[in-house]
Amino acid sequence: MITHHLPVLLILAPLLGAILAALSRNGFAAWLIALVASALTAAIAVALLWRVQAEGVISYRLGGWAPELGIEYRVDAVNALIVLLVGVVALVTMIFARRSVLAEIIPERVAWFYTMMLLCIAGLLGMAVTGDAFNAFVFLEISSLSTYTLIALGRDRRALVAAYQYLIVGTIGATFYVIGVGLIYLVTGTLNLGLIVERLGAIESSRALIVAEAFIVAGIGLKLALFPLHAWLPNAYAYAPSSASVLLASTATKVAVYLLARFLFTVFGGDVGPGGIPIGAILIVLSVAAMFLASAAAVFQNDVKRILAFSSVGQIGYITLGLALVNPTGLTGGLLHLFNHALMKGAAFMAIGAIVLRAGTAKLDELSGIGRVMPWTVAALTVAGLGLIGVPGTSGFVSKYYLILGALEAGHGWLAILIVASSFIAVLYVGRFVEVMWFREPAQAARESREAPLEMLLPMWVLAGATIWFGLDAEGPAALARAAANALLKVAP
Amino acid sequence: MRLDVVLRVTTKFMLAPLLLFALYVQFHGDYGPGGGFQAGVIAAAAIILYGLINGLGPAQKIVPVGLLEVLIPGGVLIYVGVGIAGMLLGDNFLDYNHLAHDSVHGQEWGVFLVEIGVFLTVFSTMIAIYYAFAGRRRS
Repeated sequence: MITHHLPVLLILAPLLGAILAALSRNGFAAWLIALVASALTAAIAVALLWRVQAEGVISYRLGGWAPELGIEYRVDAVNALIVLLVGVVALVTMIFARRSVLAEIIPERVAWFYTMMLLCIAGLLGMAVTGDAFNAFVFLEISSLSTYTLIALGRDRRALVAAYQYLIVGTIGATFYVIGVGLIYLVTGTLNLGLIVERLGAIESSRALIVAEAFIVAGIGLKLALFPLHAWLPNAYAYAPSSASVLLASTATKVAVYLLARFLFTVFGGDVGPGGIPIGAILIVLSVAAMFLASAAAVFQNDVKRILAFSSVGQIGYITLGLALVNPTGLTGGLLHLFNHALMKGAAFMAIGAIVLRAGTAKLDELSGIGRVMPWTVAALTVAGLGLIGVPGTSGFVSKYYLILGALEAGHGWLAILIVASSFIAVLYVGRFVEVMWFREPAQAARESREAPLEMLLPMWVLAGATIWFGLDAEGPAALARAAANALLKVAP
Repeated sequence: MRLDVVLRVTTKFMLAPLLLFALYVQFHGDYGPGGGFQAGVIAAAAIILYGLINGLGPAQKIVPVGLLEVLIPGGVLIYVGVGIAGMLLGDNFLDYNHLAHDSVHGQEWGVFLVEIGVFLTVFSTMIAIYYAFAGRRRS
């Protein structure tokens, strides 16, 4: 009986956890609640993936209403992958968070911090499992509003500006999305994604759909930091509390990518949208721009968090490139990179969080020689950095390999060359912090710090270890990504 | 505004009808326009009006900040709790059919209880926003 309720339990675990954490008003109790809630979430996510693999698509009707009237949760191979990612990252982040939060958050606000983390997780999972376009908007708002609060809780006063900037941009994005959904509702008379697809064939004029696609792609593009719409991201990641950065960098943009993929492939029909909009070609141009320009911007940053943030914008370029290729191999590469990038960016932001805890700064020029006193932490950061470059033996290599194959399959040999060429920019920014942290004489901050506590190293190395593991034995995640890509493209496996 | 007799006396007259009207809107939500959200805003407006005239301190004596911090998540807890009650009775989440002896009454009860949760959360959130703005000091 309980397996029947899995899709909604996935949302209820973090949501109830958030309520209890808020009611507890005690920092440690709130952390414990958050830990249990996210452990439950991860377990439910695994069970859900298991059930999807055994039985295929799972549908759950909220309140028992039929999809025409009510909200349907629909889990298939695509969102099972996303849900697994969010669940696992949520769990390791909570283990990591305790020490970092004690150092960075005012004690009276610790319980609220965990409340917001759990609400954000609930919102992201909701966006992933729902099969209802408007319900996705509601969950998008839940996750966004809690994200604004999380960023504003940062110790630095600039966090407030960063949160405000993201609030304005994020609200515009959400509004665009809901305008697009409204237009789709206008022509199809339903909000359920499955029913929208069924009724699209009967539409005579595609004008409303063209506008809807423009609004939805731009709106979700803002949330996922698609290249020219990424200006909010570097500040938000840099000034948010370290553990919030970990969660946001590895899940928030990824769920937005999922939503974009869902709309592009199931509603708007792949690389050429309604009315002949060449959406695939547009995405390819923007993705390549992100891969080069955002990565180049990362080279010139001094704050390590900002380096990683700009690198995120660049790496999202690879993911959207995978979507834009619209063939099974390329899409597998994109989804695999989504998964792998989340793990390595999580590890990298955890390492920076540990360095901020011990050395009190994330500025590169003050961190010279930190690797000699915090070898395990900086080693994890280095592994993540190698993954970002795509060095063979890390998971980043596998996903870029799939992307290159996909580009060749699509007949774009030049894209394959650009993928390799842009990886060399990653060598520059990763090489910069590796050189400073390992090979320079220890500076003041480094001499006064020591290795991070075990409870932070452990989750950090789970993610860094996964980066190596999935680089050597990629079959597990690659099979999941392939199943997801086939489900999106409706190709029989 | 301690000395402004007109404002203080009119406010005093308005408070009780405001709260009563909030309750009317709350319970009328089943049959017509209204419901927890609107009622919560109206009831919060009564407290905010009291605060505007008499100051933040007296308003916080009526609705202390600690109470708000319980009511905000408490309202959501009621909502979720009703949904889970449906699950325990063998239906899907938020299905109220088995909350009473037949499905019509079950739905009525479900919506009624859920709206109380909505009322509490909206009421307390509105006041919390007012407190946050009114309590801000220039640093």
